[in-house]
Amino acid sequence: MIEIVSATRCVECDICVKVCPANVFDATGGVPVVARQEDCQTCFLCEIYCPTDALYVAEVAEGPTGISEAEVEARHLFGGYARALGWRRGKAGGSQFDPTHRIRVAQ
Amino acid sequence: MPKTARAVRSAPERLHLAADVLVLGGGPSAAWAAVAAAENGATVVLADKGYLGTSGATAPSNTGTWCVPPGDNRHAVVERRWQRTGELADQRWMLRCVDTAYRNLLQLSEWGYPFPSEDDGRLYIANLRGPDYMRFMRRRVLLAGVTVLDHHPALELLSDGDAIVGAAGVGRQVERDWRVDARAVVLATGGCAFRERILGSTGLTGDGYLMAAEAGASLSGMEFTGKYTLAPHGSSLNKGLPFRWASFHREDGSPILGPTGEPLRNGIGDREEEVARALIEGPVYARLDQAEPALQGWLRQGQPNCFVPYDRAGIDPFNDLFRITLRAEGTVRGTGGIDIVSDDCATGVPGLYAAGDAASREIMTGAVSGGGAVNSSWALASGWWAGKGASTHARRRGGKAFRSEVQPLGQAGLRPAASPRADVSAGEVIEAVRNEVTPLDKNFFRSDTGLEKSGERLETLWRDVRDHLQGEGLERIRTREAASIAAAGRWSIAAARYRNESRGMHRRTDLPGKNPAFAHRLVITGVDDFRIAGAPERLAELAS
Repeated sequence: MIEIVSATRCVECDICVKVCPANVFDATGGVPVVARQEDCQTCFLCEIYCPTDALYVAEVAEGPTGISEAEVEARHLFGGYARALGWRRGKAGGSQFDPTHRIRVAQ
Repeated sequence: MPKTARAVRSAPERLHLAADVLVLGGGPSAAWAAVAAAENGATVVLADKGYLGTSGATAPSNTGTWCVPPGDNRHAVVERRWQRTGELADQRWMLRCVDTAYRNLLQLSEWGYPFPSEDDGRLYIANLRGPDYMRFMRRRVLLAGVTVLDHHPALELLSDGDAIVGAAGVGRQVERDWRVDARAVVLATGGCAFRERILGSTGLTGDGYLMAAEAGASLSGMEFTGKYTLAPHGSSLNKGLPFRWASFHREDGSPILGPTGEPLRNGIGDREEEVARALIEGPVYARLDQAEPALQGWLRQGQPNCFVPYDRAGIDPFNDLFRITLRAEGTVRGTGGIDIVSDDCATGVPGLYAAGDAASREIMTGAVSGGGAVNSSWALASGWWAGKGASTHARRRGGKAFRSEVQPLGQAGLRPAASPRADVSAGEVIEAVRNEVTPLDKNFFRSDTGLEKSGERLETLWRDVRDHLQGEGLERIRTREAASIAAAGRWSIAAARYRNESRGMHRRTDLPGKNPAFAHRLVITGVDDFRIAGAPERLAELAS
């Protein structure tokens, strides 16, 4: 679930507040806060909409792992899913390079 | 310029709009319904619980479609697929679905959706990458002039006594009630995932089923909730595809065997049964070691969300054993939902239409899962039909709507039959339903005695929900979700007990094998006092 909103990366645009389908964030006038972590569906979509890769959703869906921002930064995990898709700065991209049709043939 | 919805009255404490068509939901079928209705000349409001673009099961995924190009071969393709549906699907619907879905896939390409290319340079339109597709659809909906209300969950439908004339709900970020008067409503609210932690599940609480049933619509296929999909243990990634190339092991390292006695090397489709059996006995581990290096690359690049859990947990899934689970998927990858009675996706209640996973997909995929592919094409087609049907109904009804007094239809979770009780809470209701409809040994493998016990527990729970569950303000969203989940669970267990046989994903350990007497759909009508009836007849050929 969502665990980190990095205050050093966040530009306070509140896009995450708007796009989270589960409404887990609250706007504060500054850096948004995770107000309803329990509702997070671990879909990672807030990460890819974030223009500054300031959000981190850990892989465990049942509860928080307690991972630190320092570890996420050290392991270069911020923005990892966006890079894998080809999205950049919150903008969509990369679907034209999706090789899934090759997987379907192999299947 | 497209026509837009108008404000009826503006007050700071309440939003009140009027439109020809109101679409409830924010996934692909909602988007297609909104575009189709607007294209048909209607003013349209789309209200979603979450955000149009990220809501639903599609946005976080990468989904194939059931893509069948025009040509005589379509009949053979449909016939082959029908053979796998437990004889419950309807080939006429399957054919018209693939035709409409194909046309809308071409439409996406004409609009400029960035499809990938095959080696010969032709666009490959049979796959849709969820985040990109739904972001693209949001833009098309806005370009069509639709008024989009994000984070505006609907709580109930409105009726003028003759027809559905809108819905009411609450804006959860603005903390303000809303009401939209509309001459027709499309329910595109998705399926019911029973709060399992899967992709898209937070919003998928079966709200449309309860709203439709309160209005008098029927449901079908609710017994088919036995679809589960593999995921890394503890994760939300209910995506089976990588497990097509996996081996499976018990805690002691012994391999899990397939039906022929050979080690299992493909964990999807029917093989989920072997994994389910092992998971009931103890922890199960997998390794994606059947994937060749080239395939590993395509999987990583083509299904990047599937690899997020491994990368973050520091696992190399092609070489390391990792623990897995089977995630329950309710009616999302099951087939149940609101029964469709005519070609325009009408529900039989005047002014009320259903699309996507909110609608029953039994006519498309019978007793087996529509997976991503069939369900995705169904969303493309049913959304389109429902949007056209609703806008046509709106035009026909014209000024006749709203002549009599408008009544709100919401009951359980909103207006309890007796006095509210604080000890009946949404969270506990949902947990109690989950205990009956998600455990593998109760719902993947079913038995009459097990279903009887589950049914009794859910009846008791339902009486508490009906009589005592209530919330105020924003809490109403939770209490309504809990009521919807309780209703869906109760219908599902009751239909499963009625179907005295095994068919597709409905696996009765006490009654293995199909019974020809049950080669028909089961239709449920009613909320509190509901009835189940067989529906052997074909669906009406023409729109009402």
